[in-house]
Amino acid sequence: MSKIKMPVEKSHIMMFARSIGDANPKYYEEKDENIIAPPTFIQSSAQFDPDYFLRPKIGGDNWFGSGKEATGMKSSGSGSGGGGAAMGLHAEQHYEYHQPLKVGDVISAEVKPGKSWEKESKRAGKLKFSESVTEYRNQDGELIITATSVGVVTEKPVEN
Amino acid sequence: MLKKNEIKVGDTYSEKIVEDLKRTQIVQYAGASGDYNPLHSDDKFTKEIAGYPGVFAHGMLSMGMTGKMLTNFVGDGTLKKYGVRFTNQVWPGDSLESTATIVDIKEEDGETLAEITIETKNQDGITVITGSATAKVG
Repeated sequence: MSKIKMPVEKSHIMMFARSIGDANPKYYEEKDENIIAPPTFIQSSAQFDPDYFLRPKIGGDNWFGSGKEATGMKSSGSGSGGGGAAMGLHAEQHYEYHQPLKVGDVISAEVKPGKSWEKESKRAGKLKFSESVTEYRNQDGELIITATSVGVVTEKPVEN
Repeated sequence: MLKKNEIKVGDTYSEKIVEDLKRTQIVQYAGASGDYNPLHSDDKFTKEIAGYPGVFAHGMLSMGMTGKMLTNFVGDGTLKKYGVRFTNQVWPGDSLESTATIVDIKEEDGETLAEITIETKNQDGITVITGSATAKVG
């Protein structure tokens, strides 16, 4: 069970729409009731996940991105920290829309693990795929969006 | 919204969704989405630790930009489903064009639905996204 509680806010929709280069006026309306959200906006619920691992934590000293060194991870001796050649990438994303997101909604998320499988590839060695299914519900418990995400950990960086 | 009497199987719609993708847009997406994976903004980490030539776009930025083409085609608030596979990485400097193709028009539970396939390619003709969508038709 995730702890996400995402208030759907118009300034957030505006910033998200700008970031994907989408000038659709419905994303920039003044009145809350006229605003709709872009189809991938729910992905930004990560902002409201207190434990989201791809955001540096306030006061935390274990962020794996670079500072003085290429990785800010403290060496643990296990050799597993900070990525190395085995990196997680996003392989697939699917959304099913049940009801529109509305400004003022408060969305909670329930994440369920899905299948996992492996595959050999020429470009990145052994690929380990894992799926998760997230149900996003509004404050009344109504199902708004079902999202299925597939992540992949590659044995080595993808050749380009 | 697409109109039933104005569409047919095989119809396509294309849009240039980004020209010369800037690193700053990738940073903008990180800030808006909350996905601060250093692979997308931290060149030092991406080269020295991850082993890639440099930062690259979030898959979800490519999906978001492809979604712009999709909603411009099918209309606002008509999507029932939208899904993609990320088949190749998208790099700063890339220019992307995205195409939707209607592959089926059907009736389901009293609604008319268009089944759509999606493909986004870069300036070299390499496919970076394949996907599908279902949209309500008026």
